[in-house]
Amino acid sequence: MSLRSPLGRVRGLGSAKEGTAHWWAQRVTAIALVPLALWFVASILSLIGADYATTTAWIGMPVPAVLLILLLTATFYHAQLGLQVVLEDYVHNEGLKLAAILLVKFACLVLGLAAVFGVLKIAFQG
Amino acid sequence: MVEFTLPKNSRIKKGKTYEAPASAKRVKNFHVYRWQPEKEENPRLDTYEVDLDNCGPMVLDALIKIKNEIDSSLTFRRSCREGICGSCSMNIDGVNTLACLCPIEDIKGDAKVYPLPHMEVVKDLVPDLTHIFAQYASVEPWLQADTTSPPNEERLQSREDRAKLDGLWECVLCFCCSTSCPSYWWNEDRYLGPAVLLSAYRWIVDSRDEATGKRLDNLEDPFRLYRCHTIMNCTKTCPKGLNPAKSIAEIKKLLVARR
Repeated sequence: MSLRSPLGRVRGLGSAKEGTAHWWAQRVTAIALVPLALWFVASILSLIGADYATTTAWIGMPVPAVLLILLLTATFYHAQLGLQVVLEDYVHNEGLKLAAILLVKFACLVLGLAAVFGVLKIAFQG
Repeated sequence: MVEFTLPKNSRIKKGKTYEAPASAKRVKNFHVYRWQPEKEENPRLDTYEVDLDNCGPMVLDALIKIKNEIDSSLTFRRSCREGICGSCSMNIDGVNTLACLCPIEDIKGDAKVYPLPHMEVVKDLVPDLTHIFAQYASVEPWLQADTTSPPNEERLQSREDRAKLDGLWECVLCFCCSTSCPSYWWNEDRYLGPAVLLSAYRWIVDSRDEATGKRLDNLEDPFRLYRCHTIMNCTKTCPKGLNPAKSIAEIKKLLVARR
C-alpha cells in the first residue's frame, strides 16, 4: 500500500525524454521495407525453377547482393524495434521484461549478421 | 497487465429480475452491472424490464426511471443529461458512450449496461477516476505564459489559430476513449491515454501558450505517449465525435519536427 498522492504517482520518475528516435526508426524501416520486400518477392518468383548455380550467381551480382543486405538489415532492425514494443506492452515483470528484450535484441543481431555474412560469402566466394 | 480472464471475485453472476407491470405493452430488458463494496459478493447482472411507453428516449432516461421507480439502490453518475458534463459515461451494448446521448431504440434486443471497462469500480456503474484525473492534472491543462497579458485586455488570437482548437476544446472528459484503448488497459499506470493526450495537445497547439517545449518534454516518453499504436478505438467510440488519435499523431509529428 502506498500513501503517495495520485499526482505524485503519475509523475513518477518523470519523462524519459526519449522514444521519438525509436518511433521514427520504426516508421523509416517500415517504409524502406515496402519496395525491398516487393523487389524480393518478384525476384524469388522469377527464380522459380532455377538451379543452385543460377540462384547463387544471382545473389552474388552487385545489385541483388546490396539490396538483399539492405532487406536483411532493415528486417531485423525493424523486428527488434517492434518486438521490444510488444514486450513492453504485455510483460509487466521488470526482470522478465528486461531478459526478454535482451534476448530479442541479441537474437536479431545474431540472425541478421549471419544472414548478411551468408550473402557476402556467396558474393565473394561464389 | 494483460489479463485474459477475470479474477475470481470479479466474475459476474446472474442477478435479480424486476418485472414490468402487466399493463406494459412495449417492454425492453436492461441488464445492468451491479456491485456494492460493502457486501462481499461478486458483481451480478440485474435485469430490469422497462416500459418504454412510460420512459424517455435515451438510456439515461431508462436508468433514471429504474432508480426512481424500480430500484433506488442503483448507482450511477449523471448531471446535465445532454452530453455536456461527461458524467454518465458507461459501456452500453458493448460500446463506451454517454448514456444521455445513446437512444434506446438504437439498441437491438436487450440492453447491456456495464461500467467503463478495465477501471476499478466504486459502486455499480461508477468507476474510480482518481488516477485518470491525476494524469489529466499532470499535463497542466491551463494557459502558461511568461508574457503578461495586456492590462484590461484579453490575449489576442487570430481566427486561424483559434480554429486549431476546434475538435479539441469540445472534450468533456468522459474518458470513453481512454477506457476503450487496449494500450491504456494494459499500461494505465504509465500511459496517459487518448483523453489526456488530446487535452495536452489542446494546450500545445494554443497560440497563446508559451510552454509548448516544456509540454512536449513532459510527453516525450516511451510509455506516456508512445504506447499509442494507432488502434483508433478512441476515435471510434468518442460520443462527441472527436478524434483523439489525430491529436496523438500531431504530438508525434511535433516531436519529430523539433529534433
